Amino acid sequence: MSATQPTTATGTTAYPLVHAVNVTKAFHGNEVLKGIDMDVAKGEVVCLLGPSGSGKTTFLRCINQLESIDGGRIWVDGDLMGYAEKNGHLHHLSDKQVAAQRREIGMVFQRWNLFPHMTALENIMEAPVQVAGQSKAKAKERALALLDQVGLKDKPSAYPAQLSGGQQQRVAIARALAMDPKLMLFDEPTSALDPELVGEVLKVMRQLAQDGMTMIVVTHEMSFAREVADRVVFMDGGVVVEQGAPKDVINNPQHERTKSFLRRMRQEEDDAEATPSA
Amino acid sequence: MTDTTDERPGPINARPVPHPWRWVALVVIAILVAMMISSFVTNDKWDFPFALRVMNYNPVLDGLVKGTILGTVGAMVLGVGLGIIVGIMRLSTNPVLRGVSFVYTWFFRAIPRYVLLTILGTGLGYLYSTFDIGVPFGKQIAGLLGLSNDLTFFSLDVNQFSSTLAMGIIGLGLSEAAYMAEIARAGILSVDKGQTEAAHALGMSSGKTMRRVVLPQAMRVIVPPTGNETIAMVKDTSLLLALPVTTELFFQTQAIGTRTLQIMPTMVAATLWYLIVCSVLMVGQNYLEKRFGRGFGTGPARGDTSMLAKLRFRAGAGGA
Repeated sequence: MSATQPTTATGTTAYPLVHAVNVTKAFHGNEVLKGIDMDVAKGEVVCLLGPSGSGKTTFLRCINQLESIDGGRIWVDGDLMGYAEKNGHLHHLSDKQVAAQRREIGMVFQRWNLFPHMTALENIMEAPVQVAGQSKAKAKERALALLDQVGLKDKPSAYPAQLSGGQQQRVAIARALAMDPKLMLFDEPTSALDPELVGEVLKVMRQLAQDGMTMIVVTHEMSFAREVADRVVFMDGGVVVEQGAPKDVINNPQHERTKSFLRRMRQEEDDAEATPSA
Repeated sequence: MTDTTDERPGPINARPVPHPWRWVALVVIAILVAMMISSFVTNDKWDFPFALRVMNYNPVLDGLVKGTILGTVGAMVLGVGLGIIVGIMRLSTNPVLRGVSFVYTWFFRAIPRYVLLTILGTGLGYLYSTFDIGVPFGKQIAGLLGLSNDLTFFSLDVNQFSSTLAMGIIGLGLSEAAYMAEIARAGILSVDKGQTEAAHALGMSSGKTMRRVVLPQAMRVIVPPTGNETIAMVKDTSLLLALPVTTELFFQTQAIGTRTLQIMPTMVAATLWYLIVCSVLMVGQNYLEKRFGRGFGTGPARGDTSMLAKLRFRAGAGGA
């Protein structure tokens, strides 16, 4: 809370949970983020849409410092991510301080990244025991409850290789929730799944949104964005092109780039629907 | 598709492909083995009863347990532990650690173990008669200040220490660490980058990520070549003679051979012991591979990827 966060807020809880200003990032001279500004309020569900290469996954990874940023600032719950500001100078945080900041942020990956040498239960218990220092008994109790929450209470002793993609992704969500994060980041959580397994993962995410979790979701699932998101943000070429309520952006886009992207997505959805009935 | 076209095809009960050459090979090998056994029995110069007695002589057993087995265990514990540290250093973002690791591996891989053990056994004591732990340049500082104490806290007589098994373990372990570092590095690099990211995203520090997530998975790749290294180390303990350490299997059997002028039976005794020790190690390796293979592959056969299991499977499927 030491950082001076420029905000129009007057009350203590009125500032946004995520406050990103002018975030830039380049990979080997290739500018991927060109000055992203984004605020996400507590309890808000934001879907990031856009063609591949638009920078949405990179921006998500910058929030919990899996990528470092070249310019701009990101605050999460008032904490400046990755740096401490002293006497007008930025200082890199140590490995331990960065790890402490990440504890507050859950992340779900496209390819699950469960620990293959641990059972589903051990995967969920790992961070609470090893990072938060909880007792094994307490962590186990909570892990079993989380497995129940994601509909897998009969799979505690299964290894990831024995689970389907959809089940693995649900364990991955439970693993992230075990640290009681303030914010959940989802990086294309259903893109690597077979179509018939997408629904079970989205169901868990929908429930999470209803329970009031703050979520930033990179996704291509238009129907999920339309139903669940409070706001959709359309990115292209490393900038935010357009944002607003899902019904406005998805049904009535203002920018040409958004329109052509949504046309392509709709085309794919129609194709997908047309194939089984054909 | 022949005479029962109206019936749907039932279970498959096909004849196996004939393998006549397997039978020919089997007969040839059986004849060769019979000839060998016959020569063992009829040629008295083998003198197996004497070889078996030599295997049970106290100096031989003493050498086997101390020099060969304890030497192997000690050198491998030091080698694996230090090797993993050097391997991790090699992958560090810290350029100083990377450099130290590179130079270490370069030096100890280049120097033959026999030469290294000779240097540690005789050369080191010639260069430095004592090994002192104290304030750096303590003797010079004490001389300048005229102190009676030379600022040394601990002193070891190198000439006495140099021909002990402990020195042999240090020598073989230092050499082994260089090879293990490369094996550990390959193992660590084999673990998917997403694993590190997932651990970091959960708030784990780099050290904890390495210990809890990366290394346990790297072990799956590290264990098989480490078993190989361990078996090689069993045989390399015969180099302990360079120090010289004589409580070691090969020297002890050879000494009996020269004393009794029965060279060959004593070599048979040594060979049999090496075979037994290495066989036991293979069983241990099999267990470790199962242990670190858990969670990989599916079904009841999970983890049963040992050579023995594969052979059993092939023998069963081969049919002939």
